[in-house]
Amino acid sequence: MKNFAIEIPSQALWLSRRRALSASGAAVLSASAVALLGGRDALAAGAKVSAQELEADVRILNTALGAEYEAVAAYQVGAESGLLGKAVLPVALAFQGHHKEHAAAIAGAVQKLGGKPVAAKDKYQFPVEKLKAEADVLRFAAGLERGAVSAYLGAVPLFADRALAQVAASILGDEAMHWAVLRQVLGETPVPSAFMA
Amino acid sequence: MSAAARQMLLAAAFGLAAGTAGAAPARTAPDAQALARGEQVYARCAGCHAIEGNRTGPQHCGLLGRRAGTAPGYAAYSEALRATGWVWDARTLDLFLQDPMQAVPGTRMGYAGVKDAGERADLIAWLQQAARPGVACRVLP
Repeated sequence: MKNFAIEIPSQALWLSRRRALSASGAAVLSASAVALLGGRDALAAGAKVSAQELEADVRILNTALGAEYEAVAAYQVGAESGLLGKAVLPVALAFQGHHKEHAAAIAGAVQKLGGKPVAAKDKYQFPVEKLKAEADVLRFAAGLERGAVSAYLGAVPLFADRALAQVAASILGDEAMHWAVLRQVLGETPVPSAFMA
Repeated sequence: MSAAARQMLLAAAFGLAAGTAGAAPARTAPDAQALARGEQVYARCAGCHAIEGNRTGPQHCGLLGRRAGTAPGYAAYSEALRATGWVWDARTLDLFLQDPMQAVPGTRMGYAGVKDAGERADLIAWLQQAARPGVACRVLP
C-alpha cells in the first residue's frame, strides 16, 4: 500500500444529528461513531489519514474483531453449559448480543476502510473442563471482559482516525459495564478501582 | 488466585522455583508480591491471550525460549513478527511489551503497551513461572 494522504470527508452532515441526540440526554456516541455503528460512512472525521496509518487502523480493528467473535463464542459456551440459572442466562445472552453488535460494527468499518474483515474461527480453545458451576462460567466471562477493557484501552490511542478511537472507547465502556455486572453477581466489588489499565 | 499462582507463591516464599521442590532452583526465586502483581497485570492480556490455548492471540505456555511467531497451533501471526527472528526472553519481552507496534511495526497486536517498567518486570517474572510448560501449564496443540 502506498503512503499517501487521504482527505476524509467532513462530518458536518452528522452534526445536527449529534446535537439532537445530545439534547435528548440519551446519546453518548459522537456523530461519527453513530454513523459507523449505524453502518454508514466511517470516514467522517474530517482528518488526513495516510494509507499506511489506515492499514494500521484496519489491523487493529481486525484484532478487535477476532476478539469480539471469540467473546460471542465464549458466551455461547456459557449459555449451552446448563450451568447458568434463569436469572443469569438472559443477561449473558444480552452481553453476547452486544458482542455481536460490536463485531458487526467493526467488520463494517474494516470493509469501509478497504480491508478484509477476519472471520470467526471454526473452533475455540476455551477451558471448558474448568467450568463446573455457574460461578466458574461467570468468572471466565468476567476475565474476558476485563481483558477486553484493557485491549480497547490499549487500542484507543493508536487509531489514526479519531472517529475509530471514539468507537473503540464506546465499546470499551460497554465491556466495562459487562465486567462490573459480572463481578457484582459473583459477589465481588463491581468497580474495584478508579482507573483501568 | 489460580492453583498455579498459589503454587508459585508458596515456592517463592520457600525460595524454590515453582514445581521443583527438592531440586536446585534454576534461577533466583522471584518475589512473591512481584508475582502477584504480575498476575494482575496479565489480566489485561486476557481479552486476547491465555496461558493455555490459542485465543485471538497465541498461547503463552512455553513462551520463554520460544522463537517469535511459532506458538503451536497458532496461524494468525503477522509476517512482521515472524521476521524479527526473536527468541522470547526477558529482554525481548520487555522491548515488545513496552510498545508492540513501535517495536514490531506491522504486528497484529494493536495495543499501546505496558508503559510502566516495573509492571513489565512483574509481568515478565510472572510469565517466567506461569508459562513453564510441563511444570505450570500445558502447551495445547
